[in-house]
Amino acid sequence: MKFDLNNEIVYAYTNSKTYDPALSTVIFVHGSGMDHTVWTLASRHFARHQKNVLAVDLPGHGRSGGDPLASVEAMADWVHNIMNKLGVKTAKVVGHSLGSLIALELAAQYPDRVDAIALVGTTAPMPVSDAILNAAEANDHAAFDMLTQWGFSKRHQFGGNRNSGMWMIGNTLRLYERSKPGVLFHDMAACNNYLDGLTKASDIRCPALMVLGAEDRLTPVRSTSGLQSALPHADICVLEGAGHTIMVEAPNAMLDALHRIL
Amino acid sequence: MAGPDYPKLDTLALHAGAQPDPSTGARATPIYQSASFCFPDSDYAASLFNIERAGHVYSRLSNPTNAVLEERIAALEDGVGAIATASGQAALHLAIMTLMGTGSHIVASAALYGGSHNLMAYTLPRFGIETTFVDPRDPQAFKSAIQDNTRLVFAETVGNPGLDVLNIPEVADVAHAAGLPLMVDSTFTTPYLIKPFSLGADIIMHSATKFLSGHGIVIGGLLVDGGRFDWDASGKFPTLTEPYVGFHNLVFSEEFGPAAFIQRARKEGLRDMGACMSPTTAFHILQGIETLGVRMARHVENTRKIVEFLSAHEMVSRVGYPELPGHPDRELAQLLLPKGCGAVFSFDLRGDRSAGIAFVDALNLFSHLANVGDAKSLVIHPASTTHHRMDSDALAAGGITEGTIRLSIGLEDPADLIDDLKQGLRAAAKTMQAKG
Repeated sequence: MKFDLNNEIVYAYTNSKTYDPALSTVIFVHGSGMDHTVWTLASRHFARHQKNVLAVDLPGHGRSGGDPLASVEAMADWVHNIMNKLGVKTAKVVGHSLGSLIALELAAQYPDRVDAIALVGTTAPMPVSDAILNAAEANDHAAFDMLTQWGFSKRHQFGGNRNSGMWMIGNTLRLYERSKPGVLFHDMAACNNYLDGLTKASDIRCPALMVLGAEDRLTPVRSTSGLQSALPHADICVLEGAGHTIMVEAPNAMLDALHRIL
Repeated sequence: MAGPDYPKLDTLALHAGAQPDPSTGARATPIYQSASFCFPDSDYAASLFNIERAGHVYSRLSNPTNAVLEERIAALEDGVGAIATASGQAALHLAIMTLMGTGSHIVASAALYGGSHNLMAYTLPRFGIETTFVDPRDPQAFKSAIQDNTRLVFAETVGNPGLDVLNIPEVADVAHAAGLPLMVDSTFTTPYLIKPFSLGADIIMHSATKFLSGHGIVIGGLLVDGGRFDWDASGKFPTLTEPYVGFHNLVFSEEFGPAAFIQRARKEGLRDMGACMSPTTAFHILQGIETLGVRMARHVENTRKIVEFLSAHEMVSRVGYPELPGHPDRELAQLLLPKGCGAVFSFDLRGDRSAGIAFVDALNLFSHLANVGDAKSLVIHPASTTHHRMDSDALAAGGITEGTIRLSIGLEDPADLIDDLKQGLRAAAKTMQAKG
């Protein structure tokens, strides 16, 4: 569905359903340069399981209008504003990569509005290499190539996707190529500059799940020790064989993992 | 700034889409010769039917062996996904049925494989889809033929039989300016010789029976989605951008983004029209694709030697290969097909229909049959076979003479092939001498 928020068009995938206040709500937040389509399978699944589903396109992404927001804090505020606009009192929030930082920030800033968080392909802090930042700032295709190559585990560089006939390396590249100039840089810079993640995480009391790819090269499992310590109650799920693009590389395993908290 | 390297064609040809079998460790892709697949529980079943999980339900819709082939060709073409079909013709039909319905129109090259021409010229009009055929060497002809109801521009990367080289970038620009996708048949070229998506094409089809397989033992087709065409921006493709009642109002461009076309083709076209590929066929095609790079290099190397030999022979009046001086597409071929123009070409014998018949009948190594792209060298004489009902004037209108011979050059030692051709040419000359 599309609606207006502060004079900008906001798009959220809902599985063609209207919001039902009697149902619990799941908000899906995509990662840098992506859009709601990375959550299509999971969104369809939880919509069938009697949840309101909102797979949002962040400002400047996918079908949403506006310009990309500059910080994780601003993006979390934006999600909060969407909840207010639609009358969503509380929600469980699932985020991937940048989206996971947004979920984390949202839970820390608005604890009464977040029932649980699922952080997919996450870590905090989330430093971004100069090579990626520089390429993204220059709108150089090399940024897409780096994120695609390093975003998939080595074994998945050659596919083997269970989603029949789909070459997800190509699909991921096409998604990046669809992003407007400058969007990826804004997103990557927001990840890089979000330095208070561990402090914020230590304030979070709602149930938390971390879904990690054992072969993630962008947010390696070993880099998550600080976040795991800051979220001692978090359920940790490490998916063997998966890299950073977990929704694509291991869609079924991720769905099973999300069931632990959704 | 250079990004990291992706795996190259020869590596993808061997590995893309495949992982060692998780249950047995089998290194080769197994043939999953099963019509259907068990569901662990009812909710899992429902999630497969509702596109919530990745997996297989019924082999008309998807199959693990076919999935490896589909992913492999999508990787080789740098697309987003692919569908294996019962034949190349089934792939073409699937694409058309996915994009349009009655009242629609196609602009197509006039130099098409006969099966494609028949579908568009004679069969589709019965279902309300008309085609205008244009000179493939003239991008402006494509532009002029586009109508308000046009929904597809279609051509072959190199035309049949004249090897007209399609100016993909220019024709793609023409199509895109009209909000239309360009679909190309890359059967003769394969991803080894040309990557149509990188030049602007949006959809690729293959008859996988030919060079992709190389062995000539199966019939199969492949349809590949490049994922770059913006169906929403075009506004001409409600099958992809509006709710589909046949799947709970699913909007394919909304839910699958770059993969909208290939997903609709599978969810509707394979489901309803059912032109799926047998898993055993998929296995055979995979064996061929594993050696695509080395085979295509040898096909081209052999072809260049045969072309050189024929070009210098007194019994040959014309050789139609775009690398030759004087060929109208020579410069374009150098630009778009630097690794070669394939291994199928035609040449004209001096003499009449009887010379062509004598030539073909005298050959031993070349197999006389109606196919191309085999590891074995093939020959056909159109005037006495595929076009035997046509008189010389009708043949001329199609760019064919009574002495036109089509060759598909295989992987044999080129010296042996040339020896075989020599005896064919001697037989043709003898026939003409006997006629005085």
